[in-house]
Amino acid sequence: MEHLFEYVLRIGDDSLILGQRLAEWCGHGPILEEDIAMTNISLDLIGQATTLLEYAAKIEGKGKNADQLAFLRFDKDYRNLLLVEQPNGDFGMTMMRQFFFDAFRKPFFEALQHSKDEQLSAIAEKSLKETRYHLKHSSEWVIRLGDGTEESHQRIQESLDALYRYTDELFYSDEVQKAMESAGIAPKMDDVRTEWNKTVDYVLNEATLKIPDNQWKFEGGRRGMHSEHLGYILADMQYMQRAYPGLEW
Amino acid sequence: MKEVNISELERRFQEKIDNDIRIEPKDWMPDEYRKTLIRQISQHAHSEVVGMLPEGNWITRAPNLRRKAVLLAKVQDEAGHGLYLYSAVETLGADREQTIDDLHSGKAKYSSIFNYPTLTWADMGAIGWLVDGAAIMNQVPLCRCSYGPYARAMVRVCKEESFHQRQGFEIMTTLAKGSPEQKAMAQDALNRFWWPALMMFGPNDADSKHTQQSMDWRIKRHTNDELRQMFVDATVPQAELIGLTVPDPDLKWNEETGHYEFGAINWDEFWEVVKGNGPCNKDRIDTRRKAKEEGLWVREAAMAHAEKRAKRKSA
Amino acid sequence: MANREWPLWEVFIRSKQGLNHKHVGSLRAADAEMAIENARDVYTRRSEGVSIWVVESKNLFASDPSEADALFEPADSKVYRHPTFYDVPDGIEHM
Repeated sequence: MEHLFEYVLRIGDDSLILGQRLAEWCGHGPILEEDIAMTNISLDLIGQATTLLEYAAKIEGKGKNADQLAFLRFDKDYRNLLLVEQPNGDFGMTMMRQFFFDAFRKPFFEALQHSKDEQLSAIAEKSLKETRYHLKHSSEWVIRLGDGTEESHQRIQESLDALYRYTDELFYSDEVQKAMESAGIAPKMDDVRTEWNKTVDYVLNEATLKIPDNQWKFEGGRRGMHSEHLGYILADMQYMQRAYPGLEW
Repeated sequence: MKEVNISELERRFQEKIDNDIRIEPKDWMPDEYRKTLIRQISQHAHSEVVGMLPEGNWITRAPNLRRKAVLLAKVQDEAGHGLYLYSAVETLGADREQTIDDLHSGKAKYSSIFNYPTLTWADMGAIGWLVDGAAIMNQVPLCRCSYGPYARAMVRVCKEESFHQRQGFEIMTTLAKGSPEQKAMAQDALNRFWWPALMMFGPNDADSKHTQQSMDWRIKRHTNDELRQMFVDATVPQAELIGLTVPDPDLKWNEETGHYEFGAINWDEFWEVVKGNGPCNKDRIDTRRKAKEEGLWVREAAMAHAEKRAKRKSA
Repeated sequence: MANREWPLWEVFIRSKQGLNHKHVGSLRAADAEMAIENARDVYTRRSEGVSIWVVESKNLFASDPSEADALFEPADSKVYRHPTFYDVPDGIEHM
């Protein structure tokens, strides 16, 4: 049960933190139409986080709810990827981050639909529809910006260079992951990685972008070792619950 | 001869208006009618878009997941409403980017309420309840406005906004029923937003230069003061119901007229804010300008890519 | 590069199977794909549609309102095109 709790948190926290990050764009998008599009993606992710954290709370069995998990843990207890907590940067950085994540999430949810855990399989089925759209949206933007103007090409190549080091963690494998795989609950990460590579190769090729030579890799989020950025995300997100403990809003 | 034609066109135009026949984009219309609509609709669109900012200020700090999703969806709706309205402006031959540049240069106005800061979570409640409440009072009659595209946009907006006021009132109700500090937070928000909300209806009828012509053209159906009175009559009992006090010592019910009487509005403050001297005018416009400037390379890239692709396809 | 705006697109939505696409408004997009996606996000947030058409506004041709009399009034006098023009004896139903 402890492994399952941990596993569900990982999926839920990815959605939560990326949803929170994308929400920062609301009112600041490069054009009104895109502002609305990013908010839609953020809303999908926050919806996923709510369902997943509710489920995690149930597994934990300590009488907590999704909000308590979302708003009252310390940074070391968050299990999200380093990738999703990276700052929005410019629009290209946000789209590149989104693309790397969506390209992972699509094969991940496709496989998770067949999870032996019925709850997760149901969540995957619903989330997959959303994720397909997210991936379409972010791939198109990566291609537009990569194969757009000289300036946009250079900018998004820089974002790619900056973010690539966080992509290996998408396929993080440890005791929890292995236990969930052998229980038939989690998708096999190697398969997900193969699909991810295919999508990334195709899109980056269309976008005339290159994977950087420097293949240095970061990980840590899955075991609670985060970047400096998470603390600030939580300072914002948890402000109300910390300042006024235990109240209804 | 030409003179005669124009006055004949004007007569027919007014006849249509008087018979409640909608004016559509390609129909003949007097230049002043067109100008008035461009000014009013783009101002309305700008208000929706600038109006995203004070509430957007609390999205990352919303106190729970439900409130976060609701607030995001609401602010997103405002972007959508801005778009419906810009789309109506474009049917009049105005260019959306041009009207936005007018906003950024200070030439075009937007609702002065959005130049007040959102200091606490309770402000999300006060804005939904009072600001959206006032907006609905204004907008419902606009659904019957003489200009078709504007009226249709307003029908859509009103339909979608019905949840906005409710979610605001729900926040206020929750706070008013909550701990003493929550109730104080709600009261403080009401204190700060009450008067600016009343100002949203614009100057008193006697000082409103556009009202009469707009009424004749059936762009407006009620005067500023009529709408303001409707708002006060509707809102005061709601405040009482949840145990909050409207910050107006002169407020009293008049049995004879069946309306509330309320104190004098500080019009000096109103005009100062309109002129650009509200607490947040500069921040709001700077933020919108920055979003546009920083998005330029993105918009250019998308165009450049679309052109490249079109060329490749035809080659 | 000059500040070139994205073109304007008109959006038509089929609200459910069996109904016509109906004009709902316009938006800006760099290409048709983006126009469809933007239309989805802008005009179907509350499940208002099952299908979207977009057409670049410059490709849409409209009739001239000053010719409305000539175009549409001649049909008014052709009442024989409507079933109510005809007398049907009492007792006949479903015709």
